[in-house]
Amino acid sequence: MAGKTIRRMGRLLLGLALLGGAGNALADYTLNMTQGVTEVSRDIYDMHMLVLWICIVVGIGVFGVIIYSLIKHRKSKGAQAASFHENTTIEVIWTAIPLIVLVAIAVPATKTLLAIEDTTNSDLSIKVTGLQWKWKYDYLDEGISFISALDAKSNEARARNSGIDPSSVENYLLNVDKPIVIPIKKKVRFLLTSQDVIHAWWVPDLAVKRDAIPGYINESWTRVEEPGVYRGQCAELCGKDHGFMPIVVKAVTQPEYDQWVANQKMAMAEAEASSAKTLSLGELMSKGEGLYNQYCASCHMANGAGIPGVFPGLVNSKIVTGPVADHLDIVIHGSKTNPAMAAFGLQLNDIDLAAIITYERNAWGNDTGDAVQASDVKAAR
Amino acid sequence: MSTVMSHDEHHGPAKGLSRWLFTTNHKDIGTLYLWFAFIMFMVGGAMAMVIRAELFQPGMQLVDPLFFNQMTTMHGLIMVFGAVMPAFVGLANWLVPMMIGAPDMALPRMNNWSFWILPFAGLMLISTMFMEGGGPAFGWTFYAPLSTTFAADSTDFFIFSVHLLGISSIMGAINIIATILNMRAPGMTLMKMPLFVWTWLITAFLLIAVMPVLAGAVTMMLTDRNFGTSFFDAAGGGDPVLFQHIFWFFGHPEVYIMILPAFGVVSHIIPTFARKKLFGYSSMVYAVAAIAFLSFIVWAHHMFTVGMPVAAELYYMYATVMIAVPTAVKVFNWTATMWKGSMTFETPMLWAIGFVFCFTIGGFTGLMLGVAPVDFQYHDTYFVVAHFHYVLLTGAVFAIIAAVYFWLPKWTGNMYDETLGKWHFWLSMISANVLFFPMHFSGLAGMPRRIPDYAVQFADFNMWSSIGGFVFGASQLIFLWVVIKSIRGGEKATDKVWEGAEGLEWTIPSPAPYHTFETPPEVK
Repeated sequence: MAGKTIRRMGRLLLGLALLGGAGNALADYTLNMTQGVTEVSRDIYDMHMLVLWICIVVGIGVFGVIIYSLIKHRKSKGAQAASFHENTTIEVIWTAIPLIVLVAIAVPATKTLLAIEDTTNSDLSIKVTGLQWKWKYDYLDEGISFISALDAKSNEARARNSGIDPSSVENYLLNVDKPIVIPIKKKVRFLLTSQDVIHAWWVPDLAVKRDAIPGYINESWTRVEEPGVYRGQCAELCGKDHGFMPIVVKAVTQPEYDQWVANQKMAMAEAEASSAKTLSLGELMSKGEGLYNQYCASCHMANGAGIPGVFPGLVNSKIVTGPVADHLDIVIHGSKTNPAMAAFGLQLNDIDLAAIITYERNAWGNDTGDAVQASDVKAAR
Repeated sequence: MSTVMSHDEHHGPAKGLSRWLFTTNHKDIGTLYLWFAFIMFMVGGAMAMVIRAELFQPGMQLVDPLFFNQMTTMHGLIMVFGAVMPAFVGLANWLVPMMIGAPDMALPRMNNWSFWILPFAGLMLISTMFMEGGGPAFGWTFYAPLSTTFAADSTDFFIFSVHLLGISSIMGAINIIATILNMRAPGMTLMKMPLFVWTWLITAFLLIAVMPVLAGAVTMMLTDRNFGTSFFDAAGGGDPVLFQHIFWFFGHPEVYIMILPAFGVVSHIIPTFARKKLFGYSSMVYAVAAIAFLSFIVWAHHMFTVGMPVAAELYYMYATVMIAVPTAVKVFNWTATMWKGSMTFETPMLWAIGFVFCFTIGGFTGLMLGVAPVDFQYHDTYFVVAHFHYVLLTGAVFAIIAAVYFWLPKWTGNMYDETLGKWHFWLSMISANVLFFPMHFSGLAGMPRRIPDYAVQFADFNMWSSIGGFVFGASQLIFLWVVIKSIRGGEKATDKVWEGAEGLEWTIPSPAPYHTFETPPEVK
C-alpha cells in the first residue's frame, strides 16, 4: 500500500517534470469527455468541444489583453494612466458579440436536446429501479428481473483499511455481480424510478444520465453501435453507499442477446422450483450469510451491530429474537416507521429471504435455533 | 455631573466582553462578523482537509462513508452560511456607512442581534455531528427524501439552525437596505454610489426575496419528518422534485448573493491600483441588476436530469446562457479599467487580478454547464465541483481576502506586511489551481461528486487535488498571521492609504475613529 502510494507520487513528480514537453508522460490520463458509443454521445461530445473551443478563444483574447496590459501598463515602466472611463460604442459591441455567440451555441444545442428527449419508437423497454445501494432491472417485454450490485471483490477491497490494494482489483468500484445486457443497434428505452431516495443512472459512454426518483417514472434511451462493456455509476447522492452502486451495461449482438434472454428465463424457472425445498439449519445459515453480507450488511453491518442512531443493530434485537412472524413481516414488507428499511419481499425470492432471516436469528449469539423455510416466507407474503 | 467629559471618552467603546456583546457600533459588529467568518472558514476548511485526505488515494483509509458524507455536507453548509455570507455582511457593516457618509447602520440594535444569532446557529449546526447518528449527511443541497424521512434525528437541529441563519441574513439585509436608502450623505445620488454599495443593495434585495423560500423549504421538511405531512413524499401524494424546485429557487439567487458583493470589491480595487477610473460605471450597475434579475428565472438548470418537459429544458438553457452577457460585460469593463492604467501590484491588486482570471474560468465552465445536452455528461461530476469552486473559492473568497488586505490599514491604522501578503497570494493562487483545475479532468473522465472512494483511473488527478488542497489550507495560516500582525502594529497608514484610492472612507483618519461622519459630508 505504502509502496504503491510512493510510486504514484513519483509518477506525479515525473508528470510535473515532463509537463508540456513529452506527451507520453500524460498518456495514461483521460483528459477529456468520452466520445462514447452512440450517436447521441458523439453529438454531445461535439457540442462540448464547440463550447470549449469558444471558451478557449474568448479566454485567450481576454486573458491576452489583461496580460499585455499587466506587462505594459505598469507604473514601474513609467506608464501614465489614461483618463477614459466610458465608450458607448465599444460597450454596445461587446454586449452584442456574446449574444451572437450564444445564438451560435443555442441552435445546435437545441437540436441535440430534442434528439435526446425523443423516446418514441423504442425496440425494447427496461425498467431501472434505484435502491439503496443497488440497481434493479426489469425487462418489461421478457419478464426478466434481477438486482445488480457492486461485485464481491470491490466490496471486500473498499472496506476501511481492508489491506487490499484497489489497483489489484479489476475494475475497482466499477464492476457488478450481474450486468445488464442489451442488444446493439436497437433503440433501448429505460424507464427509471426509485424505491427509496433519489438516484441517478449514468453511463458516460451512452451519455445517459437520468434521475431515478420515487413516485416518478423518467424516460431515457440509447442505441449502442458496437458490442462492448460500458461502465457507469450512480450520480446523485443517495446516502451512505452512494459511491458503491456501479452500473455495467453489456452490449451484445441480437443472437447473443436472444440466447441470454433464454438462459435467464431458464434460470428463473429453476430458482422457482428450488424454493419449494426444505433446507437444514446449517444449509440455511451458510446460504444466508452470503446473502446477508450482500443485501443487509451495508446498513446493519457484517457484525450485526448497525450504526447507532441511523441503522438499528440486530444483535439481541427485539424483532430478530422475538416472534418469527414479526421478523418475516419487517423483512418482506419493510418498516412502517423507517423508510430506510425497504420491503425486501419485492427484491428477493422466498428461499433467499428464508436464508437471510434464519441467518439473522442465529448469528452473532442470537441463537434462537429457528430455521425459517421458503414455505414460511411464501405464507407470510 | 460637574466634570465635563471629552467627546471621545464619552463615545469610546466600552471595555471588555460587554463591548462586544452589547455593541451597536457598525465597526465593532463588522469586526465580529469577519472574525466569525474566518473561524468558520477554518472549521469548514478543516473538513475539506478530511475530504482531501480520504481522497488522496483510492480505497477507504481514514473515515467511513457516512462520516465522509457528513464532511462534504458540513463543509458546504459552513462555507456558504458560516464563512462567505457573514464575511460579506461584515464587510458591508464596516464599509457601507463609511462609503455613503453615514454615522452608523440605520438599525444598530437589530444589527447586534443579527450578528449574535450567528454563533449560536453555527454551534448548533456543528453540534449535530456529535449527536447519535451524526450530522447532516445529505449534501448541502439536502434533497428530499434523503434529508427528510431517511435522515438522522439530528436533522431537526439542522433545520432550526438554517431558520436562525436565515433570520440573521434577512435582518442584515433589511439593515443594509434601510441604511443605503435613507442615510446617504447629501449629494450622493444613487448613480454616484460606490459599486460595493450598489452590489450590496441588490444583494440585500435578493436575500430578502429568497431566504424566506429556504425557510419554507426547511419548514416543509420539518413537518414531513415529524408531523405526518407528505410535501416531498411520493407515497403520500407529495413530490420529491418539488423540493428541488423550491431549493433552487432559493439556491440560484443564493450563489449570486455570494458573488455580487465580490464584484463590488473588485470594482474598487482595480481602479485604485490602475490609478484610473472604473470603466463603464453605469453599465457595471446595470450588469449587476441584470444578473440579479436573471438569477430568479434560471433555477432549474440545476435540475436538467430530473426529467423536465423538453420545452422547460430549452427555456432554462436559453435563460441560463443569457447570464454570460452581463457577466462578460463586467469582465470586459475590468479589463478596460486596467488598460492604459498605471498599475502597481500591491497585495489587494494581486488578489483582485487573481479573482478576474479565476472567476472568468469559472464563468466559462458555467456557460458549458448551461448547455443542457452537454450538462447530461457534466451534471453531478467533479466538473461541477471544479466550476463552483472557481467561482466561490477563487471568486468570492479571493475577493473577500482582497477586501481585507485593501481596507485593513483603514481598520487597524497599520499597514500589513506586504512580503507575507504576497507569499499568501502566490501560494494560494498556485495551490488553488493545483487543487481545482484537475477536477475538470476527473469530472470529464467520469468521476461523480460526493463519493468517498473512486475507481483507480481517477487516482492521479485526485492526488494532485489533495496536494493542492493541503498547501492551500496551510497557506491560510499566513493570512491569520498577517492580520494579527497588522492589528498589533506596523508601519502607520495614511488617511488615504493608497495613492489611487477614491471614496469617502479614505477621507477619514486611519484607523477609522469609533464614530465617523457624525456630521454628514457633502458629496459633489
